[in-house]
Amino acid sequence: MEYVSPEGLRLDGRRPMEMRQIRAEIGAVSNADGSAVFEMGNTKVIAAVYGPREVQNRSQQINDQALVRCEYSMANFSTGDRMRKPKGDRRSTEISLVIRQTMEACILTHLMPRSQIDIFVQVLQADGGTRSACINAATLALADAGIPMRDIVTSCSAGFLNSTPLLDLNYVEDSAGGPDVTVGILTKLDKVTLLQMDSKLPMDIFENVMQLAIEGCKAIANYIREVMLENTKELEYRRGI
Amino acid sequence: MANNGTGIRTRDQVLDREETRTKKTVVLDAVESLPNINGSLNPSYSSFSQTENVLSFSLLRSGICDLNRLQRIREMRDLQLPLNQTQKIRLRKALQQLQELASKASTSASVTVTDTIPVNHEDGVLKGHGTSELDGEVVATLCGVVERVNKLVYVRSLRARYKPEIGDIIVGRVIEIAPKRWRLEINFSQDAVLMLSSMNLPDGIQRRRTAVDELNMRSIFEENDVVCAEVRGFQHDGSLHLQARSQKYGKLERGQLLTVPPYLVKRRKQHFHHLEKYAVDLILGCNGFIWVGEHVERDNMVEDQETKSEQQNSKLNRRTTSLEEQESNYNLQEIRQNICRIANAIRVLSSLGFSLNVEVLMETVERSIFQNLDIHEMLGAEFFVQIAEREVERRISLTKKRKG
Repeated sequence: MEYVSPEGLRLDGRRPMEMRQIRAEIGAVSNADGSAVFEMGNTKVIAAVYGPREVQNRSQQINDQALVRCEYSMANFSTGDRMRKPKGDRRSTEISLVIRQTMEACILTHLMPRSQIDIFVQVLQADGGTRSACINAATLALADAGIPMRDIVTSCSAGFLNSTPLLDLNYVEDSAGGPDVTVGILTKLDKVTLLQMDSKLPMDIFENVMQLAIEGCKAIANYIREVMLENTKELEYRRGI
Repeated sequence: MANNGTGIRTRDQVLDREETRTKKTVVLDAVESLPNINGSLNPSYSSFSQTENVLSFSLLRSGICDLNRLQRIREMRDLQLPLNQTQKIRLRKALQQLQELASKASTSASVTVTDTIPVNHEDGVLKGHGTSELDGEVVATLCGVVERVNKLVYVRSLRARYKPEIGDIIVGRVIEIAPKRWRLEINFSQDAVLMLSSMNLPDGIQRRRTAVDELNMRSIFEENDVVCAEVRGFQHDGSLHLQARSQKYGKLERGQLLTVPPYLVKRRKQHFHHLEKYAVDLILGCNGFIWVGEHVERDNMVEDQETKSEQQNSKLNRRTTSLEEQESNYNLQEIRQNICRIANAIRVLSSLGFSLNVEVLMETVERSIFQNLDIHEMLGAEFFVQIAEREVERRISLTKKRKG
């Protein structure tokens, strides 16, 4: 199948290096300590953070740092044909683990000993790149909850189809079976905290693809920071003196 | 719309759709140009939000990503109100004025995570909360406002959990009774501990706590009781201890507990307020838990609790009390209404994100009474917008006073 047309356009009309439209909104869940909605094109994800709060299971309590937990789930209505499976399948457990590890790397857990932070992410619309979108949403939600973080983690995916590196794959491109590189970076420190790849790629091309994904991460980081700053300013001016 | 499968569009469909969208924009613009006709009769919320979506869509397609225009004005966090066109515009205007006022008045800088905080390294810098060092620069680890006190630089976070300070007056809820202590939920990262030994006994006598006292702990506070106390400090094991060594602290009954974000409550000299006009007690807990309840004469509290514990001890007694007697235990309807009115005022103010203090709160309550609003109408769109506008006026007059 042709994923990049001779004119250099992808199936959804993007250029190979073009990202989908991103939109972020802070404060979607009123009961949570922090929450956010993140959209990348048709992918839409909601994240809620509870905590730092008292550890629910005393045996899991860590005496010098906070316990970070994460739950990833997909809404039944998120995919094209309605999902029948209940939560807790292998895929979502794996993604929960990935998100937890990525977020734990950026949270300053030693500042909140004997407490726990719960991150819940749910996919409302799935159109490829859900784990990237979940990480971005979780970052925003953590910042909204006022949890100290070392850096902003953002994530983006890239692939390689029709011998062209493609940024931010959607569902059709994702299910083409080609290589799919998901990268998560700490933007200021310029460090990689997450790197996953399906299928194979030659070494030299891999570097190009990964560089493309990193560029995507940086673009997302800029947007996320703008959203956070806007939100902080708004809270401050509304509060008044 | 012609979508295939998971809502992924082919290129032609995208182009197709774009065309229809531009058409729609034109139509909606025409609708918007008669806001009053449309707005006053029925809430035109749906049409309005649609236009905004179209706007954002076309903007992004053309590659201009202007955040300020893109971002929907978020009116409130908790309340979802159907604002009509005029109310929307009024609210937007009021919020804009607030923003202008704030930018004029303060020099404080908002930062987000990983923003560099400019400091003068020659004077020496003390890094406080919410900061860390990276390559010799001071970097924020929180979203908030930079505060400087002499050499100390720290970031005051906004929407975060409560950070206790010694002497803070807080309201909490008992969640567990453990040996010699109660555990209280106070919106902190851990549960707080109230020791039996750090509170006055109901009989008011100072003495060693015996095993009998320990067994009778439920006669003082039970699970799910709302309690007012003071922060005593951190123990060396890192747990937070509370104390209630005065008549003004203790169990709170016959009222409402409201939770607001803690940054909206400022630390002040007075956190207990007796609103004589309404016969209501108001406690603004520093942890964002706010108590609105019937006024209790604190001097008589000792007796009250005694009689109460007697009642609880003899359950037989309680069963035999007649309905009438139980009814007399309820507070008057008028007072209950006052409580609800004050509580709704708090809800309105906190969902607007305005800081809470007694003066503003009372003004809001009086305004609602003056306008003859029912209690439930206070949570309506019109009152909401009015309070926003009132706050603008208040802040303008405040800045004038300061200048003059």
